[in-house]
Parts: sequence; structure tokens; C-alpha cells
Amino acid sequence: MIHLAISLDGAGHHPAAWREPGADPQHLFDAARLVGLAQLAERALLDFVTLTDSFELQSSRPDEVRGDLDALLTMARIAPATTSIGLVPTVTTTHTEPFHVSKNLATLDLVSDGRAGWLVDVSATEAAARHFGRRSSAPVEDLHAEASEAIDVVEQLWDSWEDDAVIRDVATGRYIDRDKLHYTNFEGRFFSVRGPSITPRSPQGQLPIVVHVVDEASHALAVERADIVLIDAIDIERAAGARASFPSGVTVLVVIDVLLGATEADALETRQRLDGSVSPHTPNSGYVVTQMPDRPGSGASASTSGSASTLDFVGTAEQLADVIGAWCAAGAADGFFIRPAVLPTTLQAIVDDVVPLLQRHGTFRTTYEAETLRGRFGMDKPTNRYVTVGAEVAS
Amino acid sequence: MSDIADRDKPRKQVHLAAHFPGVNNTTVWSDPAAGSQTDFRSFVHLAQTAERGKFDFFFLAEGLRLREHRGQIFDLDVVGRPDSFTVLAALAAVTDHIGLAATLNTTFNEPYELARQFASLDHLSGGRAAWNAVTSPDAFTGANFRRGGFLERSLRYDRAGEFITAARALWDSWDDDAVVADVDRGVFVADESIRTFDHGGDEFRIGGEFNVPRSPQGYPVQIQAGDSDGGRELAAEQADVIFSRHSGYDDGRRFYTDVKRRLATYGRADDDLKIIPAAVVFLGDDREDAEEKARHIRRQQVSPQGAIAFLEQVWGRDLSAYDPDGPLPDVDPDFEGGAAITQGRVRHDDSQTVADKWRRIADEKRLSIRELIIEVTTRSTFVGSPKEVAAKIDQYVQDDAADGYILVPHITPHGLDEFVDRVVPELQDRGVFRTDYEGPTLRDHLLLSRPSAR
Repeated sequence: MIHLAISLDGAGHHPAAWREPGADPQHLFDAARLVGLAQLAERALLDFVTLTDSFELQSSRPDEVRGDLDALLTMARIAPATTSIGLVPTVTTTHTEPFHVSKNLATLDLVSDGRAGWLVDVSATEAAARHFGRRSSAPVEDLHAEASEAIDVVEQLWDSWEDDAVIRDVATGRYIDRDKLHYTNFEGRFFSVRGPSITPRSPQGQLPIVVHVVDEASHALAVERADIVLIDAIDIERAAGARASFPSGVTVLVVIDVLLGATEADALETRQRLDGSVSPHTPNSGYVVTQMPDRPGSGASASTSGSASTLDFVGTAEQLADVIGAWCAAGAADGFFIRPAVLPTTLQAIVDDVVPLLQRHGTFRTTYEAETLRGRFGMDKPTNRYVTVGAEVAS
Repeated sequence: MSDIADRDKPRKQVHLAAHFPGVNNTTVWSDPAAGSQTDFRSFVHLAQTAERGKFDFFFLAEGLRLREHRGQIFDLDVVGRPDSFTVLAALAAVTDHIGLAATLNTTFNEPYELARQFASLDHLSGGRAAWNAVTSPDAFTGANFRRGGFLERSLRYDRAGEFITAARALWDSWDDDAVVADVDRGVFVADESIRTFDHGGDEFRIGGEFNVPRSPQGYPVQIQAGDSDGGRELAAEQADVIFSRHSGYDDGRRFYTDVKRRLATYGRADDDLKIIPAAVVFLGDDREDAEEKARHIRRQQVSPQGAIAFLEQVWGRDLSAYDPDGPLPDVDPDFEGGAAITQGRVRHDDSQTVADKWRRIADEKRLSIRELIIEVTTRSTFVGSPKEVAAKIDQYVQDDAADGYILVPHITPHGLDEFVDRVVPELQDRGVFRTDYEGPTLRDHLLLSRPSAR
């Protein structure tokens, strides 16, 4: 089965998305709008939704969306209003304490009944560092080494309570069996954390770790720690090559920017209108306006790129379903991570048109089966590491 | 009292808040009716019950390290809590009006991140966020954080004050109407609507641009719990609400007078700061029934093992060999040992005085260890029938012993049900408590003005 996830960032991935009809840009930060988007993605039975997070403005331009809300808290706000979709916020490790990261994500897992994941990222800029005033920006290699250590600490804290630690033994007056709580006593290059967590083990035990691979350092981190990786690749061969670099069992999703139209010409026209609204000079969002080809062609749309290395799809639902199907059938990917050009329009078209096509091809689920996000990616709830240690000592 | 003295004075409205049953011995877990302390459904039930009762806000305490006793994790009380921010953001989805208050530490957080989280919670809840700012000086908790824990105890209010000042600079850096999203002009946020911030102090040196639009309340409602002179002064300068310990009539009035007189120094009016002590309520069909229920619950709150542990905190030594139903230990307290026996909770400042007092009480009333601990830990502010309790709350508020109370139920998730079902209607009948919310934000409930961006 194909996996599909989607970003709910901003007004959509295109920098001019907020100016499109239906974007409702005045209410970009309203809970009702964000919940509505997640519910729409849930109707399409998508695997999970993401929100990015950072400690700086995403743009310095007045004609682009600026400002956003804390991603994890937004997901927590969405959780009770949804039942099945995975909720995967970015939580960065550069300035945030691993102890907080651990309990906050465990709590997101708690309030969502086991649907939380963690999109790990670092904060590399001097501007963000100045917002904290504790340190200067560091080389990305160091930041990723630190992220790796942070994941290690966080995962240990997630296991620092055994599932059956609460005993409520009235006879002895004990609420908890303290032998089932574990000090992490973590001493690393970047952190020392005594533990245990203040938060009990969450429904999934361990949350799926998601890493977007954008350079060698994040690739190394993904190989070492990720359960799900997001990769950029503009053709099947490159995707297949990248996929082979990860351990088996890791789910590989290809990042795809998507703009849909009723016809190919409609989609192209929308794209040209959107690009026309973006000044080609000093692009701040990293978005590069490129010359559209005369005809993207079914499945060949990969060659037109917003940013040179990312699959950039402009076309119809049928064409997108074909691309998704072909890449997955070729073994280039386990699925796709969709960055919709315009919200909610693009997402609505995925719900109405793309998903039904994939379902008709028999390559996409027709109902949610697994209850947890781990389950959706074929992962059982893992045994607590401390239980294993205890059993070995006892035997 | 007030009815005679101030007949012409308009009657004050009572403010009510609900404290989620916390990680301490007042929370009863041994009762068959006690539900999970960490299940999200428990939070939902309590918050929705408080909202059904038209309470001002729902309050979560904080603890960033599991408490220890005699070198081991303390296992006799409830242990464990989810993250407050995350729980409150989720509760915003299942409630519509009630304020959502989190206790957040200024030692183990940074202004930019915390300001971002609070502004987000305020957006996500439509203007219902509140922050109880606390400062931990202890290295014990600090062992969970890369910052470490050490903070000079005398500096704790300096750090808290500077933290709040820095956070406010961030919340003020966006104009209220910054997001214009003008499609025709192609302007989402104009450059001049986002000002840079620059804060240089002893604790924080930060500068740059904040990345969350100004939230519905401007700032979250600011709660303070400090009781020392420095804490009261900081509250008078910066707080919207004081969560005090002075729930009695006389001590309540003394505290109330002392804090409110400090407000003028900062150009603030009496109504700008609400004083809301913690209160424990025991209800029954009549006074006698309520007293009986209170006795039963107090015994649940102090188990035999819990009584010994409590005594050990003051005695500073292992007393596990003593019978909780027997007399106080004949050995003297070890005051050196007392400093280290318990970690992660508020200390008895002067164990010698406490021990002497406890011996005196136990002798006079011929109390066993457990009976003594029940006696000295009892905090029952309001005991009686619903009518009696409502009358007393009303009287305390009209007489300026408080502006209202934060109720601390002894059990989850149903600990608030009876108060909401039986006492709230009495208060409403007396005309001193709202029958419905009048505005959408917590500032509306507390009758506080919204701060304008500087």
C-alpha cells in the first residue's frame, strides 16, 4: 500500500498561495481553519499531516506569509477533533531542552491516543540563536550530532516509565512501583539528563521519528535514527538510489510539490498566475520561479522544478495518480510527502479526485485499519528497553 | 459584617477556578472512585465540569522532576503528569470559554520559546491562556536540563521579573492588526507592523524578530504565587491574579490589604489584580454530615505510610520502625539530615519550630502520629451544606478576604461535580456569580483590560 502524508503549512507551499481564492488569509492562524484542514486530510485517509516549526520568521517579505503557531500545540489542538490521522509536528533540538521535547511529544501521543510522530529538525541560523542568546550558531554537522543525541535522550525518557508502573497498592500505601521507573543518567557530548521523565510512557511507547533529508548531515541522522524519511528526488532512478541508502524497514516518502487543475492547461494557468504574483528578485522563501515548459506531460512533470531538486508536479489528478503509482510500483518510494501549492484547494482535490483514483487502482487504503501511527507503518509497540534489561538481570 | 458595614457598596462578583488534583498527598488515589491522574479523559471531565459551572479558569501545576524521599522516588502519592501546554491546547478543542492556566518555570525555559508557546495557546483557544510564572532555584530539578539548575535563591524574583518583561517585549513586537492579508496590494504583513525586539538584562540578552502574530488577549493572563515580600512586590507590579495560600478569613484579609496597597506604586487600581487563594471544600447535607465526610477524606489523604513519610520530612531521619497509630517518636529530630531527606517539594523552613509545635499538639490532644499529621495538614476552608458554603464564600469575598477561590478537589475526575451541581446555583441565587460567560476571553471573565501593544 502507498503511504501519503501532507504538509499543512501556511496558506500552501506556493509563496503566493495566500492570494488565491478560498485561501482565507485573514484567518490563517485560527484554530477552526487548521482543524478543518486536518479533518479534510483525514477524510482522504492520509497517513499523517505535518506542521513545520522554527524560532524565526519564515520570510522577510511583506508579500509572503509571516508568522505561524507552535506546531506541536497546534497538533494538540487538532487531536481531539480528529480520530485517526497521524499528527507529526516539527520539533527542533538546537534550542529546546530534550526533557521538554520528550514530555511534550509523549503528551501529544497521549491526547491523540497514539497518533503522534516527531519531525526532527535543527535550527542553524544566527538569527534564531540570537533569539535565545545562549550560544552562537554552529556548523550543521554539529547540530545534527546534537539532534542525534537529543533523539537518544528523548527515546530513553520515553521508556523511563514501564507501562505498568502505576500499581495503586492500598495495602502498602504505594501508588507506584518505583522499580519500574528508571533514571536515564544520560551523559553525552551535549546533554546530561538525570530522568526519569515526569510523564508516563505514551500509548505508542516510542513515537515514529521522521527526518527530511536535505544534506549529508541530515542524511546521516536519518540513517542512524529515522523510522520515516522524506527525500527529494526528481526521477525514479535517483529516488531508488537514495532509498537504497537507508536500512530496510525504513519508510521512504518522496517530497512532491503539487498543484492540481481540472485540465493540464488549467493547472498551468494557475501556476503561471501564482508565479506571476511572486517577484522574481531576491526570493526569500527559497522558492525559485522557473520557466514553465510548454507541456509538462503526463508523468514528466518532474522535470519542472520550483527548487531544482524537488519533484514539482503541475497537472491533473489522473496524472498525479499515475506518477504516484508508477514511482511506487518501480520501487522508488513507499509513498509521497505532498506539499500542496494552495490550501485548502489542492488538498480538496486530493480528497475528491486523487485518492479515489488510487483506491480504484487498489494501491491506497479504503479505511483506516491500524489505530496508532506506528501501526500504520507496520511497527508494533516496542518492548520497553528497561524491561529487557531487567529480564536479563533476573535470568 | 459586610452586610451592615458597607450596605451601599456594590456586591463584588466571586471568581472561581479549578485546580487539577495534583501530585501531592491531598489527592486521593486509593478510593475506588479515583480515576487516572494522567488519562486525557480525566482532564476533559474536570475542565468541562468547571466550564459547566462557569468557572474563570482551569489550572495546572508543574513539577519537572519526580520527588524523592530518603534517596528514592517518592511512591506514596500520585506520580506523573503530562505536559501542561500540550494538555491545555488539547482542552481548547473540547471547551469554549474556560480559561486555561499553566504553571511554567522561568528557570528551565527561555523567553522566546515560552512566549511563542503562550501566544500560540492564546490563538488556539481564542484568548483563554494564563501563565502562573514560577522560578525554581534547585539543582535537583536542574539535573534534567542542560542549563543545570543553579540559581541564587535571592535572585529568583529577578529572573522571573526579567523573564516576564522579555516575554512582553516579544508579545508587543507585532501590531494588533499586523496581519492585513491585502490581496489587491499584495501585502500580508507590512514591514512596519513587526518591530524588532532587543532585551539586555542580567539573565537574558536577546534580540531579533518574534514570529507569532499578537494573540487575542495581547498577553496571557499573568498569575503569581509568590508569598514573600519580593513575591508580593513582583505581583503588584506585573500580575493579573495572585494564587495565594491565605484562604482563611483573617490571614486572607491581611494578605489582601497588604498586596492591594502596593498597587498604587505601579499606577494600578485595586481591580487590576485579583486575589484568588487555593481553597478546599467539603460538602454534606448539613454541617455534621460535611464534617464526617471531611474526616473520612482526611484519613484517605494521610495513609499510615504517608504519615510516617510526612513526619520524616520534619524529623530528618528514618522513622519506618515507628507505628503510625502510636505516639510520636521519642528520638529528637535530626535537623542536619532534614535538609536532604526530601527533594523536589516545598520545604518546612524551620524544622525545630515545627517539631516543637507538633509535639505540643500531639501531647495536648493525645494524638497518634497519623492523627497528628491529619490534624496539621488539614486545609479545609469551607465545610458545610451547599447553602452554608456559598454564604461563607460570598461573605469572605465581600469582606475582602479574597476576590474568589481556586478550588482544589481531592479526587479525579469527579471531584468538582458536587460543587458545580450544588454550590454554584446557590452563589448564582445570591447574585454574586455569573449565570453565563459574558465574553470569549479569560480577561473578560476576570474583568481585566487587554494590554495594548506598546
